[in-house]
Order: sequence, then structure tokens, then C-alpha cells
Amino acid sequence: MNTTFWQGLKQNRGAVIGLVLITVFAFLAIFAGLIAPYDPSEIFEKSLRLKPFWQNQEALQSPHLGVSHLLGTDDVGRDVLSRLLYGARVSLGIGTLVVLLSASFGTVIGLISGYYGGTVDAVIMRLVDIRMALPSVLLAIVVVTILGPGLSSTIIAVSTASMPSFIRLVRASVLAEKSKQYVQASQTFGASAFRQMFITILPNCAAPLIVQSTLGFSDGILDAAALGFLGLGAQPPTPEWGTMLADSRAFIESDPWLVTLPGLCILFVVLAFNLFGDGLRDALDPRLKRGQ
Amino acid sequence: MFSFVIKRMLMILPTLFGVSVIAFGLIRLVPGDPVLMMIGERGASPEAYAQMKANLGLDKPILVQYGKFVSHAIQLDFGTSIISRRPVIEEFTSRFPATLELGLFSSFFAILIGIPVGILAAIRRNTWVDYSVMGASLIGYSMPIFWWGLILILFFSIHLGITPVSGRIAMEYDIPSVTGFLLIDTWLIPGAAFAEKWQAFVSSVRHLALPTIALGTIPLATIARMTRSSMLEVLGEDYIRTAKAKGLSRPRIVWIHALKNALVPVVTIIGLILGSIVTGAILTETLFSWPGIGKWLIQSVTSRDYPVIQAGILITSVMIIFVNMLVDLAYAWVNPRMRIKT
Repeated sequence: MNTTFWQGLKQNRGAVIGLVLITVFAFLAIFAGLIAPYDPSEIFEKSLRLKPFWQNQEALQSPHLGVSHLLGTDDVGRDVLSRLLYGARVSLGIGTLVVLLSASFGTVIGLISGYYGGTVDAVIMRLVDIRMALPSVLLAIVVVTILGPGLSSTIIAVSTASMPSFIRLVRASVLAEKSKQYVQASQTFGASAFRQMFITILPNCAAPLIVQSTLGFSDGILDAAALGFLGLGAQPPTPEWGTMLADSRAFIESDPWLVTLPGLCILFVVLAFNLFGDGLRDALDPRLKRGQ
Repeated sequence: MFSFVIKRMLMILPTLFGVSVIAFGLIRLVPGDPVLMMIGERGASPEAYAQMKANLGLDKPILVQYGKFVSHAIQLDFGTSIISRRPVIEEFTSRFPATLELGLFSSFFAILIGIPVGILAAIRRNTWVDYSVMGASLIGYSMPIFWWGLILILFFSIHLGITPVSGRIAMEYDIPSVTGFLLIDTWLIPGAAFAEKWQAFVSSVRHLALPTIALGTIPLATIARMTRSSMLEVLGEDYIRTAKAKGLSRPRIVWIHALKNALVPVVTIIGLILGSIVTGAILTETLFSWPGIGKWLIQSVTSRDYPVIQAGILITSVMIIFVNMLVDLAYAWVNPRMRIKT
């Protein structure tokens, strides 16, 4: 599987672009502290809403000034480049936590639901239905009303919102695998329910899980940014892209780049994960690839 | 089919129970005393405190409280808003048409463009048409719509100056609400000349344009992708080969034979995009100051207007549950194989 998988992935140009972008963003996020020229909350009172280098003729002529704030400053005089770099850390951090939480809880619940069936399954499926009736922002409203706005509320809300897709996915795979001979064989040899679920069945659900996790990243990052934009998520002065966008809305006419840049960052990160996820799915599921 | 309908209708009962418990529990899970939080810590006289507590229904045993909550909710009584002091249901009904108008138009926009574009990509598979449709839909699918809305404002309102930035209609019009849909109500202005009606109508169309595009983009991308893959699947079926072998023309095969079956799974998208329409409406309304449910809900979260939050969550989720049920029933109606499953 491995060689064909990598070959399939390498042939998919979109997946390669996605992976490269993800690597770049991850690198920037991890080393934000080293790359960023300033602290994201450092305020330069004398240079409010400084234009980025391509619009700033003065800066272009004097190399010193141009280097000092490459992408300009925001309305309170903070360096935009530094905030965007630290924002990558916040967004990718949220994405990672959301995927870890929703994938691990979702997998365990899905395994239990599919393996035991009956009443347990029915109860879990009805809970999933209830979650499905509350779209992510409504769910976030519930969480924020109880816990107050902030990054932890965002992570709880978005993880809960993306859990059902993992539950359904794993449950469906378990139902398909359960009746196969190798599972029955392991039962004949006296494997415990725990062993059957996690060691016999789970590895065979890995492919769709990996794909869903990649796509979970993009959904998580997008949802978290939306909550930041609505004022329900990360609170200022956290350098979160959605919050940055909301804060600079008033300056859209005079300083459009303050709005444009954080949005472009969100778009590119989400696009990268979607491209990579689609590519992974094609590479892991040859049936789909041929169908394309 | 009949037993399927009954079964599917019974299935919504636990879900309805669940969301009612969430809406009910919300106010009780808030840390601290919600009563104090709402009347403010400083000027809370014991009478005002007791009245607010009774207003919120917090002075009875919990099961009684829940029973009351549900029976009131069934009669569409959600209490009074803490901020406006008007009945919550009145506030809701005055705002709902705005959201419905925006949601319907975005859905039309997404369906009317998404389905033809998806079909086009499928029949021109692996050509530049297909690649650009798929590329564009991937970007649309990844779009942070609150940013997309701002970019639309930047281009169409600020740069070209052809669309307004916010609101439903220009300030000078005071349209009496008949249907609640401004596109209709502008034609029903009593005693107005045709020219005036036309101008009001144009104003409301111009206000509706950008929010519709912003909200419709993600559903449009989803529909285009789904139509394409469904169409490709159908075009690979044996009966299509038979049609080809019979010597039918290609347009006839695509539009008459394949389309009917390809659209069957697309019916489910109405259910799928509903969630993204609701989430998107909240973002779009906040962005364009659209006076609908979404903006109202976000404001009520900021001002801790608990009765409004409760009602907003309950009504929205109940509507989603019902629409999803109708979609499932419609799907089972057009695709009898579904009736045996689940």
C-alpha cells in the first residue's frame, strides 16, 4: 500500500501544494518567536496604521524604514507581520487541539457505538442528531453563554461541533468490519472487547480517519476564525486572524490591507488542508481515484 | 413508505427533547447568579430580584420549571427580552422574514448556479472547464465568508460604488411590513406610484445582492462538487451505455437520462447546506448589519439577554430538525431504496 500511496499522493499536484503550504505555515507558527520582528502586542505609538512596503513609497526609498514594518502597523500601532506570524501559531494550535480532541473522543465513541450496537448505539446516535441540530456557531453561542468568550470556549465548541463526523465515520467502518472473518477469528481466540475494538478493528478504519482529520483541521480553523470575528472566540489583544479582521473592519476604506492580510492567511491555511485532504482521500481510496 | 414516514417522525422526538434540555439548561449552567447578572449587582432591590427570578421562572423546582418551559415554548411564549422588554416571540417574528429572505435567495443563488456548473464540469471532465470549476469551488469551499463579504464590500461598494454597505433598504424608505419580504412589500406600498415602488424595489435588490453572494458561496461550491461527482457516477452506469448504443444524442443522454438520477442525491444537499446557511447567516448578518435573527442572537449573547438566547437556539434548532426530516422524507420519496434502510 505504501509505495502506491506515496506515488498516488505525489502525482496529485493539489495535494503536494497543500502539503508544502501546510509545512510552511507550521514552520512559521513554530518559529514565530524567532522570525517575527517584534512582540505581537508591542505598540509603536508613533507609527499608527503604517502602510505595507508596496504602498509606502517613502519606505521603498529608505531601506531602513521599509524593513522596520514590512506589512505595516494596525490601528493601535502594532506590527502586522508579527501579529500574522503569531496568529499562525494560534490558528494552527486551535486546529491541532480541535482535531486531537474531536478525533480521539469521536473514535472511541464511534467504536463503542458500532461494536456494541443496540441501545448504546441508539442513544449515541440520538445524541449525534441533537448535535447536528445545532450548527457550529449556535453551539458556540451555547458554550460562550456558559463559559464566556475566549480560546478555551472556542476549542470546546469547535471540537464538539466536529466530533459527530468522526463518530459516524468510525461507526460505519466498524459496522462494515465487524462481520468479517478476521474479527470473528480474533473472537474465537478469546480476544477481549477492548482488544477487538482498538487492536483488531481500529487499524482498518485508519484511512478514512486520516482523511477526516485533515479536513477537520480546515473546518476547525475556519470555525474558530469565524467565532473570533463574531467576538465570541479569542479576545483582543490575542493575535488571532479572525479577531484581527474584526478589529480592523472600521478601516476597510482607508487601510484595506489590515482586513485583507489576515483573511488571506485564513483562506490559504484552510485551502492547504482541503487540498491535502482531498489528495489523501484519492491516494488512500483507489476506488474513488478511478471514479474521478 | 407509510411506516417509514411514521418511523422518521418518531425519530425527531428524542432530538426535540435534547435541544429543549439544552435551551432550558443554558440559563441554569451560567456561573454565578443569572438573576443578579441581568439586573446588575448594584441596584438590586429584593422586589426587583424576586420579580426577575419569577420572570425567568427560576423560583420553582427544576422539573416544574422544565415542564413550564416546554409548555410555554409550545405556545410560542419565550418570555420577555431583558433589553427591549418586549415579548421575545414578537422580536423574533419581526426579524425572521429578513433572515428567511436572505437564506432563500442565497439558496437559489447556490442551486441555480451550482447545479448547471457541476453538470458542465462532469460532461467536460478533465478539460480546463472541469479544472477551473473544481478549482474555483475548492476556493469557495475554503472561503472565510466574513472575509469574503468584506472583499465584496471593498470591490463593489467602495471601489465601484454600486452596492450599499449595510442594511436591507435605503434609509428614506419606510416600508410597511405585509409579507416581511422587502422584495414583495416594496410593491405593496399603499398609495405609492409605480416609479416610487420600482425605486424602493431596486434599493432592496441592491442591498440584498452582496449578502446573497457572501452567504451563497460555500453552498454553491458544495453543490457544484456534489452535482459533478453524482453526475460522473451516473454517466458510468450501464443504462447510459445502452442509451449511447441506441444512438441517442449526447445532450439527450445527459439532460434527459442522466440528470434525473444524478439529482437524486443532490436533494440531500438542502439538508446539508442548511447548517452552513444558518452559521453563514449569523456571520453575514453581523457583517452587513442585516436586521435578522443572526445579528439579533449575537447581540443578545453580548448583552447576556438570556431569554432571547434560549428562544433563538430552541427555535433555530427545531426548524433545522424539521427541515432535515422533510429532506429525508423527500429523499425516500424519490429514492425508494432509502425506505428500507435505517
